[in-house]
Amino acid sequence: MSEYREVCLSGTGVTKVFGIGSKKTVAVNNVDFKFYSGELISIVGESGSGKTTLIKMLLGLTSVTSGEIFFMGEKRDISSHKKKKEYWRGIQAIFQDPYSSYNIFSKIDSVLLDCIKMRGGRGLPYEKKVDMMREACSFVNLKFDEMTNKYPFELSGGQMQRLMIARIFLLKPKILLADEPTSMIDACSRATILEMLLKLRDETGMMIIFITHDMGLAYYVSDSVYIMEKGKFVEYGSANEVVLTPKAEYTKQLLNDVPKIHDPWEFSRNKKFRKEITV
Amino acid sequence: MKNQIKQLLKSGKFMVGFIVFMSILLFITIYPFFVPGNPLQMIGYNSFIPPGTYLSLYDAVNPNVFVYTLRIPGAAEARIVNTLPMSDREAMRDWLVRAGMPEAAIDIYDPETLLALWNANYDPDERIEGMILADHRAYQRLNNRIQGMFDASALRLYSADPETGEPQFQAPITDTDYIALSDIVNIRRLPLGTDNFGRDMLKQLVQAIGVSLRIGLIAGSIATAIGLLLGLVAGYVGGWVDEIIMFICNLLTVIPGFVLLVLLAFSIGPAGRSVTIVGIVIGLTTWVWTTRAVRSQVLSLRNRDHVNLSKLSGHSLPRIVFKDILPYIASYVVMAFILQVSGAILAEAGLSMLGLGPSTTEVATLGLMMNWAMSFSAHIMGAWWAYFPVVFVIALISFSLNLMNTGMDQIFNPQLRD
Repeated sequence: MSEYREVCLSGTGVTKVFGIGSKKTVAVNNVDFKFYSGELISIVGESGSGKTTLIKMLLGLTSVTSGEIFFMGEKRDISSHKKKKEYWRGIQAIFQDPYSSYNIFSKIDSVLLDCIKMRGGRGLPYEKKVDMMREACSFVNLKFDEMTNKYPFELSGGQMQRLMIARIFLLKPKILLADEPTSMIDACSRATILEMLLKLRDETGMMIIFITHDMGLAYYVSDSVYIMEKGKFVEYGSANEVVLTPKAEYTKQLLNDVPKIHDPWEFSRNKKFRKEITV
Repeated sequence: MKNQIKQLLKSGKFMVGFIVFMSILLFITIYPFFVPGNPLQMIGYNSFIPPGTYLSLYDAVNPNVFVYTLRIPGAAEARIVNTLPMSDREAMRDWLVRAGMPEAAIDIYDPETLLALWNANYDPDERIEGMILADHRAYQRLNNRIQGMFDASALRLYSADPETGEPQFQAPITDTDYIALSDIVNIRRLPLGTDNFGRDMLKQLVQAIGVSLRIGLIAGSIATAIGLLLGLVAGYVGGWVDEIIMFICNLLTVIPGFVLLVLLAFSIGPAGRSVTIVGIVIGLTTWVWTTRAVRSQVLSLRNRDHVNLSKLSGHSLPRIVFKDILPYIASYVVMAFILQVSGAILAEAGLSMLGLGPSTTEVATLGLMMNWAMSFSAHIMGAWWAYFPVVFVIALISFSLNLMNTGMDQIFNPQLRD
């Protein structure tokens, strides 16, 4: 990594509050961050810690209660549909559940064709579009000829998620927000997906924000790790720093929860496991 | 989608409702071809002619009709039994009771045994104690009348001579003369009789079902269109637009829909209330339910990942609404539409009963038929055929549509799916 790093996405005092009055919940509480281009960042936290809300705010799918988000050094402006569209050319996402990410009524081709359209390929001849789609599919080890003219429910979860990566490959945004892209699919496909994300980063140099609740996974893929607890970043730093020398209590707890292959005796001495037995 | 339609065909409830509804549709399409003519033509000069087959007496006694001779045992008794008036039967019972028969043993609704009892017990010369002479004579006359009915001397048929006007003997008619029904051209079957104006009830009913379904269709389409549009906008756009739409919805929910309907129909006045206008008015007062249902569905859909992805792909709001949300709620909307149609048919019937339905003399509607039956006291006259078939048909249409709706609900509503 070079010494000079361009700030790609940053935020100051980003807060999201749901509800009003006594039902008020602060999902994201006054968060500051600076993400540099080309990095692969992991945001780790348990369910309900505000990871997904933060992602939705970064994507501009939910309004920000207070605070500012800067995109490529400028304050982002998503006040109109046109500006939003422009913003989304630079920032894209992969969602957690591949099964619900597709419109079940439209064919898979339309998802990819939309991406080509969004990158200004509206007027291209159809053969050219097919070539682009074929290239994207081969990038994620899918055969375009097997994919074309099919409905989403005819694919497996792993194939669907790979197709989502193909979509990102076509769009080539500056930032990719991957919201637990591997949590809903089986372990074999998981490694493939992760490798494809890394390959995507290496080939296009895009910044990837990887959301997960799995500390081990975060350590495996990311350059830096942000630990999120109750809407706040409690610790951040390079992956090595955070994982090998954790400072916050919450980080230690998360590290403790990473499943390891233990000797059965050692496993039974695991603090958490023992606690469950006594309770 | 294909899978769900397959499931639908296997669903018993849906298929029963569908078959009943389609049979009704088939019947009202085919029937006018078999019995042509204007359904509102007054063919009867009596009011409330009971259901039955009517053959022209003039044609039957025509001397040119071929006469067969049949000797059927018991024919005379059967004829008397059928034509014995109720007052005579009561008089017969009274005499038998006075002569010492227990009243419980006599059933005046069973003329055959009554007649047998009478013939066995009555003696014209026997004078019961305490009976005044006038009554005694009256019973004798009754007996003569009854015995006279057994008399099978021939009727004589005359016709006027076209030149002189003198009666000309044509033919005797004896009780063994029969003619074939197929020889008589003028037979009119009135399966449901006629109403007070002497109009064929079944033909009227067939037309009324069509007109009522049209009202239901107009009202259902309007209610569904408004409800769908407002529901989509309220659910997807949200914010103050949602607040305003929901405020109007709540307002209309609080005011009973039928009262609103009555007031609207009344303010339009009889001159303006055509079938179409009534359909539109019903549609305009019943969209609230659809709006609420669609809104809640859209609310649960708008935060789905596929909608988010569509947004990220830069799609415009109308495209997202029509391509990413509408297909998901389409089955739900069809269900709502079916309920609206059924509700509108009932609403029309209710309005017309109050005299606020379509004010037309051109066509009948189910509600108007009920209204006519009520205004001309069909229930007091015992003319069940003037209102019962209408009520039954309303119930049947409503039942079949609701059954279809329930069947669809079980398949399309994920909460009910098993």
